[in-house]
Amino acid sequence: MREVNAKQIKEKVKELFLKANYCIGEDVLNSIKEASLKETSETGKNVLSMILQNYKVAAEEKIAICQDTGLAILFIKLGQEVHVNGNWEEAINKGVEEAYVEGYLRKSSVTDPVFDRKNTKTNCPAIIYTDIVPGDKIEILVTPKGFGSENMSRLAMMKPADGPEGIVDFIVETVKIAGPNPCPPTIVGVCVGGTTDSAALTAKKATLRQVGEYNPDPRYADMERKALEKINNLGVGPAGLGGNTTSLWVNIDYKPTHIAGMPVAINICCHAARHASGII
Amino acid sequence: MEKIKKISTPLTDKVVQDLKAGQNVSISGYIYTGRDAAHKRLIDLLKEGKKLPIEIDGQVIYYVGPAPTPPGYKCGSAGPTTSYRMDPYTPALLDLGLKGMIGKGLRSKEVVESMKKNGAVYFAAIGGVAAMIAKGIKSSEVVAYEDLGPEAIHKYYVEDFPAIVCIDAKGNNLYETEPPKYAK
Amino acid sequence: MKEVKLNTPLKEKDIRDLKIGDVVYISGYICTSRDMGHLKMKEVIAEGEKLPVDLTGGVIFHAGPVVKKKDSTYELRVIGPTTSIRMEPHSDFIGNLGVKMIIGKGGMDEGTSNALQKYGMAYLQAPPGCAVVLGEKVEKVENVYWMELGVPEALWVLKVNEFGPLVVGMDSTGDSIYRDIKVNGKKLIEKMF
Repeated sequence: MREVNAKQIKEKVKELFLKANYCIGEDVLNSIKEASLKETSETGKNVLSMILQNYKVAAEEKIAICQDTGLAILFIKLGQEVHVNGNWEEAINKGVEEAYVEGYLRKSSVTDPVFDRKNTKTNCPAIIYTDIVPGDKIEILVTPKGFGSENMSRLAMMKPADGPEGIVDFIVETVKIAGPNPCPPTIVGVCVGGTTDSAALTAKKATLRQVGEYNPDPRYADMERKALEKINNLGVGPAGLGGNTTSLWVNIDYKPTHIAGMPVAINICCHAARHASGII
Repeated sequence: MEKIKKISTPLTDKVVQDLKAGQNVSISGYIYTGRDAAHKRLIDLLKEGKKLPIEIDGQVIYYVGPAPTPPGYKCGSAGPTTSYRMDPYTPALLDLGLKGMIGKGLRSKEVVESMKKNGAVYFAAIGGVAAMIAKGIKSSEVVAYEDLGPEAIHKYYVEDFPAIVCIDAKGNNLYETEPPKYAK
Repeated sequence: MKEVKLNTPLKEKDIRDLKIGDVVYISGYICTSRDMGHLKMKEVIAEGEKLPVDLTGGVIFHAGPVVKKKDSTYELRVIGPTTSIRMEPHSDFIGNLGVKMIIGKGGMDEGTSNALQKYGMAYLQAPPGCAVVLGEKVEKVENVYWMELGVPEALWVLKVNEFGPLVVGMDSTGDSIYRDIKVNGKKLIEKMF
């Protein structure tokens, strides 16, 4: 058994949320750079150039890339040989709170979503997904998720007969309906299969895949390619002001599902696709 | 169209009527911030016939909930939030003389009709360019609803705030006119 | 509304006489087919091959049974209908094969209604969730094909005796209980709001 102190977990969580909010990933940065060279709309080019400039300022001055520093989501792989000294959930939430308070990040979490909607002032509770895995490490992946894009996500319980064409059409339709709202150019995460809950979760994880990587199954990679092409043919463009860069990438993952079903969950991520990972 | 038109607040009817959809602007002057919760409170006050905590006539509201202010800055990262959530509250404010709104994303038919009726403009600021926008905010004070935290109404003094006229006072709408030009 | 007992192979005249609301009991042979089964049928026909069963005058039952292997054959335990609307895209294809009755649950849409009128077919609803009672009307498993699709999706040929009660939900005149419910429901909603 390897002993890990709850304090170490708190510190790592804090470090990762600060990093995620200040520094955009290399893959996203390079993707926007590439897009700005290919974009044919003048306004689109200006928007992409402002986005690149903003990433630079944010990383240099350690200020939030976007004021919507999102709800704090964590995907953790906890090694089964690890023994945590202290309260696991408390440590994670404390790490989030400290990052958001000390890092000048906006606290966007409200209790009771319908009536009071009172700000929790800590950006907690964090949304924590933990998988128990072999080994003695703790792998933490954090993603602050803003709601401009989250609000444009969708789930459909499609039927098996809808096939790959139906799925691609649903993805393209979702991006079309979203228009400028999720701050294009977006990264689209999709999960086909599973159940309503596991599909939605897997779609969220799909947005965190490296931009530029296809699904290893060529049939799913083909759907990713087709969806991206059709999305960029919509003309929505950067900031929705017209252009040929509406999405940077489409990631489709799949899960085993019921013979009667084909759930399709789509999670949209804005261009500020922020995530950071670390290992304890 | 000039490359970038410099305009200052408060906005006059003439300035508003002259602005065309697609015009890049650089806004200087005082603007107010407000989003979901603040708008709801303002409208509730109007329904009760009470006075509003801020002047509306000629003003510009920026839909934003900024991040806290780091040392050396006057304001934290402050990019626009998605405007459609304020649609239910907007026509009443336009009726009171609100002349400009800065945000991002689509607006409802009702809002556009009210903009045409009252003579107002909707500017799009670029979502996610929040750090750079923060640098252009030269002063910030909370003028109402401090308890709402980031959702409070702030009064910002902005210098050269970059935006684009997205929907003009005639109802011309970039979100409608531009994408079809690039659709295949 | 009448109660009708029919034997397979079904005659078009018998089906054209059925009206929505009629209660039917089937004796003879019925074939199960659901999502993958329908796609497999289309694939086989597209390749110019014959189906393992002649469906002229036949019955397609949207279902996947629970079975128990017994020596070289299978014993059916329970069987109930699955949601038919998933098979909506295939109705014209099914009619063209000579099928005269589709059994399922939840109804089907306008494409199916057109196929029922065109080919003289009817859509009948089996009682959902009554898999034990329906299973008792199955005398034996006559045959099974396409087991590579898995037990639920394979083509099961079942010998049945007074299989039912089945209610005619959509008939060959174009009437549909499901459409009537939707239309009336819409009127109610408009009245309410």
